[in-house]
Amino acid sequence: MTQVEGVITRVYREEWGRVVAGLARRFGDLDIAEEAAAEAFAIAVARWPVEGVPANPGAWMATTAKRKAIDRIRRENNRDHKQRQAQMSINNSSPDPVGAIVDDRLRLLFICSHPALAMESRVALTLRMVGGLTVTEIARAFLVQEATMRQRITRAKAKIKAANITYRVPSAEDLPARVSGVLAVIFLIFNEGYLATGHHTHPVRRNLTAEAIRLTRLIRVLLPDDHEATGLLALMLLTEARALARVTASGELVTLDQQDRGAWDTALIAEGHRLVSERLAAVVTPGRYQILAAVNAIHTSATDFRDTDWLQVVTLYDRLALLDPSPIIVLNRAIAVAELDGPEVALATIDRLEDTLAGYHAYHATRADLLRRMGRNQQSCAAYDTAIELAGNTAETAYPTRRRDQLPK
Amino acid sequence: MTQYLLSVFGPAERGEFGSYPDRETMVKAMADTGVFNERLQADGHLLYANGLASAMDATVVDGQGETPVFSDGPYLESKEYIGGFWIIEAADFDQALALAAEGSKACQGRVEVRPFQ
Repeated sequence: MTQVEGVITRVYREEWGRVVAGLARRFGDLDIAEEAAAEAFAIAVARWPVEGVPANPGAWMATTAKRKAIDRIRRENNRDHKQRQAQMSINNSSPDPVGAIVDDRLRLLFICSHPALAMESRVALTLRMVGGLTVTEIARAFLVQEATMRQRITRAKAKIKAANITYRVPSAEDLPARVSGVLAVIFLIFNEGYLATGHHTHPVRRNLTAEAIRLTRLIRVLLPDDHEATGLLALMLLTEARALARVTASGELVTLDQQDRGAWDTALIAEGHRLVSERLAAVVTPGRYQILAAVNAIHTSATDFRDTDWLQVVTLYDRLALLDPSPIIVLNRAIAVAELDGPEVALATIDRLEDTLAGYHAYHATRADLLRRMGRNQQSCAAYDTAIELAGNTAETAYPTRRRDQLPK
Repeated sequence: MTQYLLSVFGPAERGEFGSYPDRETMVKAMADTGVFNERLQADGHLLYANGLASAMDATVVDGQGETPVFSDGPYLESKEYIGGFWIIEAADFDQALALAAEGSKACQGRVEVRPFQ
């Protein structure tokens, strides 16, 4: 990559969301914003290597994109008078509440993750509009046809336009729910990257985890008082820190007790720990992301699996269970209980989850591990079989397959 | 301002108390809906609202041929049909959703929000 190409890539990463957000606000139309921003960056790619990089690349992008948007609207106006009225009606929606943050990117995040859109559309729109991933990249990341992904994004934009979903920060009473909606979209992007669905696919898609982290950093900037955004960022950093140790060269997932802790990313861990301590020092009751981040801080603090402070992990899961009585939390708590009180106690807990989690591969894999540790090999083998059958990714099947095959016959 | 159709869905089969299980529920839903309608009117959102007769009483007409063809019953076979609707005007989609949520609570049914072109 030449130096100019490097600059263009960096400016693209840094400025795309801001440019699209600014245009969307000015012209009230996501299509125009997206196309004009793409056009401006294409011009930079053509010109900057010849003419040099402008003094303020971000401002150059914004100005060029705005000019392109106006050109586009003029062209379309000449074609269709009706469209002019629609498109020149520059956003007149009710002003944002006094004191609210008015960064255009925040409005863009809220519109992309609007609860009236399907979850898969929210994910795609957020990655495209705010993250700047191309449709091709998003399609590849989610293993769908490019045409399907393009259609998904087009339909979501059409609904936003037809239903008049306006470009604003939600009212104070709706804000907490909408922020957690934005975080949920980003956590989903991260999880898809962290453990991709689909057989015979690489289990980790680092571009998605990296993008999710970048978006969460942005939200932290935009909403500095949102503690759950901080929690989510810490959670993702502490998870991402272990990415290299989590998969073998042959693509098999490595469980926490088997991971080479020397391969963990110490810089990410240090940042994650700093954020967790920041949250622990506050008096506000932590939400689910903050608690999960704290759990991961305990794991990443132990230099050896055996040194893990399991009592604290169990205590944190107890707090989490109060916020979210989901059986998955009970299952994860049981894994910590197995280390603290032994596999028999843990097994007794998770056997009660059979009805709700019978279709979840991790439930059977956990059961199989506990049974193996108790020497109940035949039952363990059967549970591994079920886990393998239900797993969604080849990397997920590799671990139970190996464990099952190592059981004494 | 955008106009939206808010449709309320209810079971195909209506009993003695319409789509409600008993008299008390029906009376309450109608009273609450009345209050909601008045509020829509007072705040300038209401363009039109009404309840519909049973979908079983619908007739489908196809006038595209030389002579119109009539068929008894609703256009689509379903377990649930539109039982009533509002046509409202709202500043934006979020406001329409909030009004739909209130309407849904009042009439005790699920509401579909659909913008007009």
